[in-house]
Amino acid sequence: MTAQATRFDAAAACFSGAELAQSFALARAAAKDRVLTLGLPQKRDEYWRYSDPTGLTARAVTPIQEHPLGEAPASFVSVSALKLVFVDGVFDASASDAVDFEGVEISLLAEAPTWATDFYGSLEACGQNPVARPLAALNTALAQQGVIIRVTGQCTKPISFEYISKTNSSDAILHHLVKVEEGASLTLLESGTLGLRGNMVLEVELADCAQFHHVRTQGQDHDRNIVTHLFARLGNEAVLKSFNLTMNGKFTRNEAVIELIGHDAKAHLAGAAIGGTGFHHDDTIFITHQGLRGESRQVFKKVLNGGAVGVFQGKILVKQSAQKTDGYQMSQSLLLDDNSEFLAKPELEIYADDVKCSHGSTTGAIDETALFYLRSRGVPTDQAQALLILAFLADTLAEIDDAGLAERLREVLIDWVPQVRA
Amino acid sequence: MLEIKNLHVKLEEEDKVILKGVNLSVGAGAVHAIMGPNGSGKSTLSYVLAGRAGYEVTQGSALLGGEELLDLDPEIRAAKGLFLAFQYPVEIPGVGNMTFLRTALNAQRKVRGEDEISAGEFLKLVREKAKDLQIDAEMMKRPVNVGFSGGEKKRNEILQMAMLAPKMCILDETDSGLDVDAMKLVSQGVNALRDAGRSFLVITHYQRLLDHIVPDFVHIMSNGRIIKSGGPDLALEVEKNGYSDILSEEA
Repeated sequence: MTAQATRFDAAAACFSGAELAQSFALARAAAKDRVLTLGLPQKRDEYWRYSDPTGLTARAVTPIQEHPLGEAPASFVSVSALKLVFVDGVFDASASDAVDFEGVEISLLAEAPTWATDFYGSLEACGQNPVARPLAALNTALAQQGVIIRVTGQCTKPISFEYISKTNSSDAILHHLVKVEEGASLTLLESGTLGLRGNMVLEVELADCAQFHHVRTQGQDHDRNIVTHLFARLGNEAVLKSFNLTMNGKFTRNEAVIELIGHDAKAHLAGAAIGGTGFHHDDTIFITHQGLRGESRQVFKKVLNGGAVGVFQGKILVKQSAQKTDGYQMSQSLLLDDNSEFLAKPELEIYADDVKCSHGSTTGAIDETALFYLRSRGVPTDQAQALLILAFLADTLAEIDDAGLAERLREVLIDWVPQVRA
Repeated sequence: MLEIKNLHVKLEEEDKVILKGVNLSVGAGAVHAIMGPNGSGKSTLSYVLAGRAGYEVTQGSALLGGEELLDLDPEIRAAKGLFLAFQYPVEIPGVGNMTFLRTALNAQRKVRGEDEISAGEFLKLVREKAKDLQIDAEMMKRPVNVGFSGGEKKRNEILQMAMLAPKMCILDETDSGLDVDAMKLVSQGVNALRDAGRSFLVITHYQRLLDHIVPDFVHIMSNGRIIKSGGPDLALEVEKNGYSDILSEEA
């Protein structure tokens, strides 16, 4: 059988024996067609060259011997938020807060509110061009769990999704929708592990002057294969800020597909990833500038040890209409040993002639001079290294607007950094 | 306090011998100055004593309070009371000056079996010492040495010295990059730390620093050895006639 045939057989096999869910039936059927047309991703695909999708595309999840901890994620425990809990990818009403929130409508995916009919899967469908993302289409077709949020006012506190992975073979597919109406704002937190395998899509529509702040932590259990997709569309003067912290994890790929449609829109994406042996972390970003005077920032840093692999694929596409675009992209890695690898692929494609776009990528080791300076003042090597690692990642935390959340994640990192061993 | 005996040092990566038998004895409470032309091995001596990587000690020893230093990790040397004020203090983006100082102080205390300093006590101590050196609160909040002027960096070194209260202080060309006022300020900071239990080794090219930090002894270093020792007058002689007279005397 040729590799191409395998791709399509694998896609078809995803739908064997299962009817699509009733909610969003048209969108699901269209998504199924996309999956069948595209086939499942393979390592030979340009955008999967550095990250082998096998763990995500396999028919079934290989159960692990050791049971995951199954503990509630602790990243945002001290943050006052409306908590929605998913256990092994299934909403747990008893563990979640009651939904009564002024200026916000919250429903479960299965409830499929009418207003969301045309929204579900629409950004994912657009995001298939020019780069195919079959796993996201698969998610749209199959997802039965997720939350639909519509924000009409100023959210007084964040909404927090907490993921708990309890069984040793959980296979979670979650699809969330967020619509922030004109002038409204929302902070969304996510923490924990979707499942032993997890495929998540988050579609975000920002109307004019809408604001969306998104802070996610992924960690710290190791045996997981995760792919997340953030699809967002921004109206005039809309602001999107998304930050991701990943600690550990056998395979994590976070995709973000952002379109700045309106004028004067802003999209800031940042991420810190840190892991030791067996860690594979991939950030794949696609930002499209269409409106005038758009601003986009990408600041991604990875700390890799014990042969860990970090991948960054970041693209900025500036359409001809997007004059006065200000694009910035930075990806950096700190390699703690000789076996770790950082693979960076920055891409800029610019059709407008009056734009500012800068990008850079660096890879380096711990600065020996700084290390000696710290040691000469009495700081032991381990502690000095931890300080320098935190210092390296500090730039990404600075991208979080909410100083309280940034400080909370700094504390999470302080606890985590000393545990990153070869 | 510090006893250096027949110290021979080469570069680890190449066959270049830098120190060729240094002998020096610094008594408790004494201030010794080492002067010498470029490339004589002064800075290497300070790095080797502090434990920087890249040097190989082929012969000799250096005792601090009777204990061999050269086998110890840099952080242990620091905890035992050795302090090197760097010629070029290192900028560490992302690490706050306060965090750095407190981490260092507590790490040293831990090695010595002492309790950690409380946050309140630490703040009080920092404020008091910083004030004397005209280091404002804003500077303390910034990352270590990042965006500091040359003078600020050197004052920050002396602040660390004051906070860590070492027994043996080595100042490596602390006067380089300082204007006259900054040099006075730094010297005052050093002089305030002089006491019977604390010794200094001041490395400098020029006599002018020694106008402010008056040494008990002056040594001239050349080609990896101390070739002449004397009192403060020796520094004045160098200032007047340069190193060539002394070097030719030796030859």
